[in-house]
Amino acid sequence: MPKTIMTVDDSASVRQMVAYTLKEAGYSVVEACDGVDALSKIDGDNFSLIITDLNMPKMDGITLIKELRVKPKIKFTPILMLTTESQNEKKMEGKTAGATGWIVKPFKPEQLVAVVKKVIG
Amino acid sequence: MIDSLQQAFIEETRELLGELEITLLAVEDAPTDSELIAKLFRALHTIKGSSAMFGFDDIALFTHDIETAYDLIRNGKLGVTKQIIDLTLLARDEISNMLVKTGNHTQINEENTKKIIESFREIVSGFNKTGKKQTGDVAEQQGSVKKSNEKLHYFHIRFVPGRDLFLTGTNPLMLIEELREMGNLVLSAHFDKTPDFANLNPEECYCYWNVFLKTTKSLDDLQDVFIFVADSSELTFENISNEIPKDFEIDFAKLQNLISQNAQNYTNDFRAVLKQYFTVEKQEKITEVNTTLKQTQTSNVHSEADSVSSIRVSSEKLDELVNLVGELVTIQATLSQVALSNNNNDMISIAEEVERITWSLRDSALNIRMLPIGSTFSKFKRLVRDLSNELGKEVELSTDGAATELDKTVIEKLNDPLIHIIRNSIDHGVESPEERMKAGKPSIGKVHLSASQSGGNVLIKIIDDGAGLNKEAIREKAIKSGIIAENAELTDSELYTLIFAPGFSTAKKVTSVSGRGVGMDVVRRAIEGLRGSVQVSSELGKGTVITLKLPLTLAIIDGLLVKIGSDHYVLPLSSIEECIELTQDDVKKAHGRHVVNVRGGIIPYINLRERFKITENKPKIEQIVIAAINNHHVGFVVDQVFGQHQTVLKSLGKYYEKVEGISGATILGDGTVALILDINKLTENEELEETKLASNSIK
Repeated sequence: MPKTIMTVDDSASVRQMVAYTLKEAGYSVVEACDGVDALSKIDGDNFSLIITDLNMPKMDGITLIKELRVKPKIKFTPILMLTTESQNEKKMEGKTAGATGWIVKPFKPEQLVAVVKKVIG
Repeated sequence: MIDSLQQAFIEETRELLGELEITLLAVEDAPTDSELIAKLFRALHTIKGSSAMFGFDDIALFTHDIETAYDLIRNGKLGVTKQIIDLTLLARDEISNMLVKTGNHTQINEENTKKIIESFREIVSGFNKTGKKQTGDVAEQQGSVKKSNEKLHYFHIRFVPGRDLFLTGTNPLMLIEELREMGNLVLSAHFDKTPDFANLNPEECYCYWNVFLKTTKSLDDLQDVFIFVADSSELTFENISNEIPKDFEIDFAKLQNLISQNAQNYTNDFRAVLKQYFTVEKQEKITEVNTTLKQTQTSNVHSEADSVSSIRVSSEKLDELVNLVGELVTIQATLSQVALSNNNNDMISIAEEVERITWSLRDSALNIRMLPIGSTFSKFKRLVRDLSNELGKEVELSTDGAATELDKTVIEKLNDPLIHIIRNSIDHGVESPEERMKAGKPSIGKVHLSASQSGGNVLIKIIDDGAGLNKEAIREKAIKSGIIAENAELTDSELYTLIFAPGFSTAKKVTSVSGRGVGMDVVRRAIEGLRGSVQVSSELGKGTVITLKLPLTLAIIDGLLVKIGSDHYVLPLSSIEECIELTQDDVKKAHGRHVVNVRGGIIPYINLRERFKITENKPKIEQIVIAAINNHHVGFVVDQVFGQHQTVLKSLGKYYEKVEGISGATILGDGTVALILDINKLTENEELEETKLASNSIK
C-alpha cells in the first residue's frame, strides 16, 4: 500500500510537477488547488504527508497548516511548506504553525523526493 | 522533464503574465491597494519558482530582482512609482518572449533584460543601502548536492529535540536513519528525562540521542539532516576526528555493544566510552601482536619469554630491601611482645596479623635474592675442559639440580671453593686414561656436580669416579705435617676431613693446578664463612664425594636463642642436636674436665660463661646445647635456653667483623642485641687451646 501524499498549490504546473515526481517515486498523490480545497479533501484519505504552497488565494499555507493541526487525524502528520529563499521569515511562521519542514522553490524533482524521503521514508 | 509538464508550465505562465499585465495597470490607478500588490507579487513569485523547476533558469534569474522589489513594495517599504510599473511591464514582455524555446535555449534579449535588471537593482539599492545579500544564484539551493570532501570525519552529535517535536509531524527516527545512511554510527537513546506516568504527556518527546558517526560527509551535510528541527532542538556537532587514534579500525558493533550496556553513563558525551574502547582495543591489539610474535618464535621461545617476565634490579637495592624487611621484622617482634605484655586481645590479634604479613613479606623479599645455581655450574664446563687438556686426562662434567636456588651472595661466594674442589678432583681424583684402562674403568673420567635442597639447606655434591682418597697416604702425610699424632685413632670421615687442614697436600708433585696444600683449606674456610659445612666420603679405586651443606640464605638465620648472664646469644639451629641440663653433680663427676656423659657417650663441652668471662648470676642448673661439628658432638653451656628464633642476620660492621667466634648480631623483639655465635670457630679455637695446654703439660 503506497503512502498517500497531498500536494496543495494554486499553480497547476507546480502541483502537477510535484504529483508527477512523487508518483514516479512510488507514492500515491492527491492534489488540492488551495487551502479550502485541501481541507475539503483531507478527510477522504489517510495522508502520510501534506505538501503545501504558502502563497495561495482563498486560504494561504500558514492558515491551512494551523487548520490541519487542530484536526486529531492530522495532528502528527508531517507537513512540508513550499517556500522561496526570500521567505525566511515565513519558514519560522510555518514552523510555529506546525509545519515539519520546507522545500525551497525552485527545486529539482530529485530534491523534492529527497526531502519527502527524509520526512516519511 | 516530459514535454506535457513543460507545456503546462508555459500555458500557466502565459496566464500569469496576462494577469500580471492587468494587475499592473490596475495598480497604476490604485498604488496603495495591498490586495493588488500582493497579487502582483504572488504572480512574479510563482513565475520565478516554476520557471526554475521546468528548466527556464533565465526567467527565474531575471524575475528574481523584480520579485525583490515587489517584496519591498508589499511590505510597504517601497512606494509604487510609474518607473516601476513601466519596468515591470517591459519585464513581463521579456518573460513572455523567453517562454518560446528553440531547442534547449530560451530566446533572450540580453541587452533588454540587462537594462531592466539594472534598473530594478538601482531601485532596490536606493532603498536598501545596507541591503541584505540577495542571492540570485539558483544553483545555491537547499538540498542541492554539495560536493563533500572524501576525507573521513568522526563526529559526536548530541540531539535533544524540543518537546513539541511530534506536533510538527517530525519523526526523529527518520533523522537518525538519515545519519545512519551517511556512514557508520553508534548511538544511544536516553530516556532519563521521561517523567513518571502521572506526568507523562504522550504527545511530547522526552527522548534524546548521542551519536558517534564516521562519515565522509561534511559538517554542513550533517546540519542539513536536522535543518527542520534545528531551531527547536538542542543540537551539537563536534568534529572529534583528532581524538580518534590514527589508522584505527573501529569495530562499530563492538562499540555499540559497549555503549548499549552502559548507555545511562553516557547521557552527555560518548567520549569516556570511546576512550575506554580505544584503550581496551589497543591492549587487545598488543596482546594479539604479542601472541603473533610468540607464535613466530621458534627455538628462542623460552629465553625470550624469560626476558619479558623479569627485570634487572641492582643488588644494592635488593640488599636495602632485605635490610628494611629485617628492621620490620624486628619492629614486628617488638609489637608482638608489647601486645602480649599488655594482655590486650585486640592488639594481640593485630600483632598476629602483622606478624603473618611480615613473615610473608620477608620470605618474598628473600626469595627475590634467590638465583638458580645452574649459571655457576655451566661455568665449570670450560674449567673442566681446560684442566683435562692441561693434565692430559679425559674428563666429562655432568650436572643435575641446576634449578636449585640459593641466595645470590651464597652463589657468588661459592664460586671459588667449587673451583678448588673440582681442580682437586681432576688433579688428584681422576686418573690418567692409561691408569683407568688398567683399572678396568672407562678411559674418560667423570665429574658430576649435583645440587639439591634439603630443608633450610642446599646440598652440593662434587662426585668423581677417580681413584678415591688413599687413607694411608693421608694419615702418613698428616703425621709428617704434625697435624695428627702418630698414634691418633681417627675414623674414616675424620681422616678424610684432614684434607681440609691447613698445609695438607698428598700430591706427590706440585702442579700448577694443585698440590700446594692451600686449596682445600681455603675451601673449608669459605664454606664455613657461609655457615655451611663440608663432608667427604670416598672409596678407594671408586671415587670421592665431597658434600657442601649450605644455608639457603645468609640474610636469615634459624637460631636457638639462649641467655648467659644478662646477655642473649643465638646459636645456628642447623647444627644443634639437643639440649640437656648440666647440674653441679655432672660437673663434679667430670673432675674439672669439660665433658659430660650423655646416654653413655662422653661429650666435651665449652663453657661459654667462662669463655666470655661472664661472672654474674650463675644459675644452679645450667644447660648444654649439643651441636654436631665436623662429625663430633660438642656441647655449649649456657644459662637458659629460650628456644627457636628465626632472625635477620646483621653484620657487626667493619671494625668487629673479624672477632672470632661471633658471626654477627641480631636485634630481638625488645630491642636488645643478641650475638650470633660461630660454633665452628669456637670449637676450633678451643681445640687449639687444648692442644697448646696438652703440649705444655707434656713439656
